[in-house]
Parts: sequence; C-alpha cells; structure tokens
Amino acid sequence: MKKVLPVFGMVLLIVAVILTAGCVGTPGQETGNQTVTSTVTATPTATPTTGAVPDQLKIATTTSLYDTGLLDSVQDYYLETYNVDLLITSQGTGKAIESAKNGDVDVLLVHSPSQEAAFIDDGYGVNHRGIAYNYFLIVGPESDPAGIKGMTPEEGLTTLKNLGESGESNVIFVSRGDNSGTHSAEKNIWKAAGFNYTADISGNPGTWYIETGSGMGDTLTIAGQKQAYTLTDEATFLTYKNNNNLQLVPIIDEGASLLNRYTVMTINPEKYPNTNVKAATDFTNWLISKEGQKFIGDYGTETYGKSLFVPMSSLADSTVPPFSIDCSTPVTVPTVATA
Amino acid sequence: MDEIISGIIEAFHLIVTLDPEVMEIAQRSLTVSMEATIIAALIAIPLGAIIYYFSFRGKRIVIGTIQTLYALPTVLVGLLVYLLVSNAGPLGMFRMLYTTNAMVFAQVLLIIPIIAGLTIAGLSSLDKELKYTIQSLNASAFQAVATLCREAKFAIMSGVLLAFGRAIAEVGAVMMVGGNIRHFTRTLTTAISLNTSMGEFATSIALGIILLSIALIVNFGMNLIQTRHMGGEKDV
Repeated sequence: MKKVLPVFGMVLLIVAVILTAGCVGTPGQETGNQTVTSTVTATPTATPTTGAVPDQLKIATTTSLYDTGLLDSVQDYYLETYNVDLLITSQGTGKAIESAKNGDVDVLLVHSPSQEAAFIDDGYGVNHRGIAYNYFLIVGPESDPAGIKGMTPEEGLTTLKNLGESGESNVIFVSRGDNSGTHSAEKNIWKAAGFNYTADISGNPGTWYIETGSGMGDTLTIAGQKQAYTLTDEATFLTYKNNNNLQLVPIIDEGASLLNRYTVMTINPEKYPNTNVKAATDFTNWLISKEGQKFIGDYGTETYGKSLFVPMSSLADSTVPPFSIDCSTPVTVPTVATA
Repeated sequence: MDEIISGIIEAFHLIVTLDPEVMEIAQRSLTVSMEATIIAALIAIPLGAIIYYFSFRGKRIVIGTIQTLYALPTVLVGLLVYLLVSNAGPLGMFRMLYTTNAMVFAQVLLIIPIIAGLTIAGLSSLDKELKYTIQSLNASAFQAVATLCREAKFAIMSGVLLAFGRAIAEVGAVMMVGGNIRHFTRTLTTAISLNTSMGEFATSIALGIILLSIALIVNFGMNLIQTRHMGGEKDV
C-alpha cells in the first residue's frame, strides 16, 4: 500500500492545485447559484454597486443572434456598466424555447414570430418587446444556375423546386431542417408559395432538397461546398462571408416574407417563481432604451460597413404589420398572482 | 490548406501570448474533466473490484452491460442529465443546469463504465492463484480487494487515463448541460464547436491543438510517475 500512496498523493496534489486555481480564477462562478436564488427572495437594489458580486441573468438565444458576436459585446458592456453577468446560451430557436419552457433561463431572445406567439399563448412568456430586425437572404452561387435573381422569394423557391425535380443536377437547396427561426421563415415562404411543407417539400425530397439539421454557419458551409442555394439571415451571412472564403452571394434580398424580427421575452414567474425576473426586466428595458438600441445599431458597422441589426426603434411605428411588435413601452417586473 | 496552417500559427500565438480567454477555457476544461475523473474513479474502481471479487448470479450480464456502456453516446448522457437537472426536472430545485457542476455530473456518468470495466479487466488479468492465496491467508474481503487493486494498479491507472481522455474530448454532453456560456461553462470542445459554426476555422484548430497538448502533458506526467514507480518496485 505504501508504494501506491505517493502516486495518488501526487495526483491529488496536482488536482488540488488546479482546483484552487479554478476558484481564484473565476470568483463569480462559485457564488453563482446563491446569487440567483437570493435575488428572488430578497428585493434587489435597483443600481448594483460596482465591486459587489455581479448578479446573474440567464439568457437563451438563437445561433443567428449569437454567432455574429453581438451578444458577447453586450455581455462585456453590461457586466462593466450594470454589474450583471449575462449567461448566454445559444441554441436553435426550437431548443432555446424548450429551455425557456423548462424554466432553465430567465430571458428568451429569438426570431420566430409564430413560435413566440405560441410561447406567450401558453402562458410561458411575458413582457414581449421588439429589439431589432434585418432581412433573410436567399444566397447561392454567383452564376445563379437557376436564374432566380430578381424574383420574389416565393417565385424563387418554386423555380428551384421545379428545376430540381426536373433533374437539373446543379440546382440544390440546402435547408436548416432544425426547427430554428430561419427554418420556420423558410417554411413560411413555401406556404406562401402554395406548398404544404410537410407533404410537398420535406416529405417528398428529391436530391435537390437537403436538410442539414445544423446551425446557420454549418449550413452555409455545406451550401458553399455544394454550390447550392440556401436561406440565411443577413447577419450570419455577412459575418461568415467575412471570416471565410465563402463562395456564395445574395441572390434574392427583397420581399415581405424575408423580414427577420428579433424579440425579447421574460419567462413568466407564475410558471417558475425562482427565475431572476428583476434582472430580466432591467435587461429588457435596457435593450429597448436609447442606449441599448444604439449599441445594437452600431454593432458591426466598423467591420462590415453596415449594421448587422437595424434597431427596432428606428421604425416610425413598429406595432403595425409586418413588424407587429411594441418596441418602446418600458416593461415592469411581472407580479405573481398570490393564489 | 491555408486554414490548417493559419490555425497552427494562431495556436502558437494564443499559447505564447497566454490569451486570457483561451487560458480560462483551457483551465475550465481541465478542472471539469479532472473533477469528473476523480469522482468517477472513486465510485468505479471499488465498484469494479467488488464485481470482480464476488461471484453472483448474472455477473456475466453485468460485465457485458458495463462493456456495452463504453459506447454510451455523449449526447444521450447530456439529454439524460439535462432532463434530470432542468428546472422542470426532478433535481430542478438545485438550479444546476448550465453550471460546471452539471457538466461534471454528465462526465461522471459517461466514464464510470470505462473505469469500472477496465478495473474488472485489469483484475481479471492477474494470476488467479493470487486471489486464492490472499483468501487462504484469511484476509478480509476489503484487504483482499485492496491488495488485488494494488497489484493491478497500472491497468487501472490506464483505465482512469482513458476515461479522462474521453471526458475532456467529448462535446455532446457538456454542450447540452453546460450551454457553452462564455466565462462560465465554455470548454475547449464547445469553443471549437462554436468557432466552427462562426466560421473561425483557424481559432478552432488552435483550440484543438491546445486540447491535444493538455492530453499529451497529462499522459506524459502519468507515464513519468508510473516509470519511476516501477523502478522502485524492483528493489522489493
């Protein structure tokens, strides 16, 4: 037994050093959970003092919003200015909504109007506000083998389907196929073009229609490699094109169905009383404030020569279609009815 | 090709400049997987030894099941832990989802079968006479198991190392239960996945090289300890 001890001793020593280093390196981490629970029971101060342990706000968001780097900037700024740590997890809209429904986050930032409406109707979301928008693009190879440039999105996709089904081997459409916001935007275009998505498109695929089941970046890579068409949000496309030698260009960039609207929601505390509603309310109000809207509008202008996201407040009236969302009325902390 | 070369260059740059974000991520990967490996070893080595030592009905089935679980899909473990620790799940009150604790939990489940299985395999490869000799010396079950484990320590250690390798390299489970949150639950593997989907291929390759370097150092260190120890053994 004596011979074994030094071995285990050394291993334990190494581990102990690493663990201690871990504690020193990330002070917020160990106290994290306590902070969240304590803010729910006690009434937190409106303006947290700098130097105090940062409050934490858990946010589920979509890959298209996160992969541009916007939220990383927001995270750094928000921690520095308001002493609140934004813990942001990015998933497809479908999964993001699922974790919000399970009460695993405090705030949801997504871009899928129909899924948002269902979420609110089911009583999971409150304080719905619009924060920004941009447009989806149908991108494809520069040569545009299907010749759809200048068409409406509906005409374009219909042409792709017809050519693809007639055996035109260089006409391919790559779909996200992952229940994301972008995927539901694609389904809406098919619907507007008169197709039943489940029966005509997804359920009856030819070699021309490929579902990747992955995020926007991966889907763009696949479309680029196959020289295929795909539907992408503008921000991810610009970011990705900038970072890579992506051989795709925008083919169709106009049409009402290409609107891409980003909104914020707070998880209803009636469903989950242990979420951080106070910080969620403050964050929502920051996003729609002048400061927050400017932050969003300025993001990416240096690198891409244009803003990746248009602040919702730049619209004269965002409550009318196609936007149909309040973007200016400040929200209040949702109260739980005492039953 | 350009991406691979620029990835290697960037890796050196990130390592040499001790990029704070990369160091933080690397450290987290190491801490989480080390913790998971130690906890799993504390559970799985005794478990494996007990299964080896005692004869019972269905022993073959138990061992077969453990060996099958070597192939446990990481995403499945992730999903299982997710459902357990989610706010809506049975362990929801601890609010463990999207924390490093949940990641350790998932990795422990993932590697227990590997350590337990390889402990059984290591003990089984010992001379059968040894077990009978120890038993004939009137050793208690605990003493016998401890002695046998000591004899098979290198085989067991290899199992632990393999398990550590699987833990630190897996992405499916930590992505799901950790959520890849910057400054909080991001590890090398989830950062590689994120950077790939952001199109930052060079950074991904750089992080991959760092991950491999950590594995190399850990293995090398273990080897060194083992060799030294073996040298001492000869004096007995």
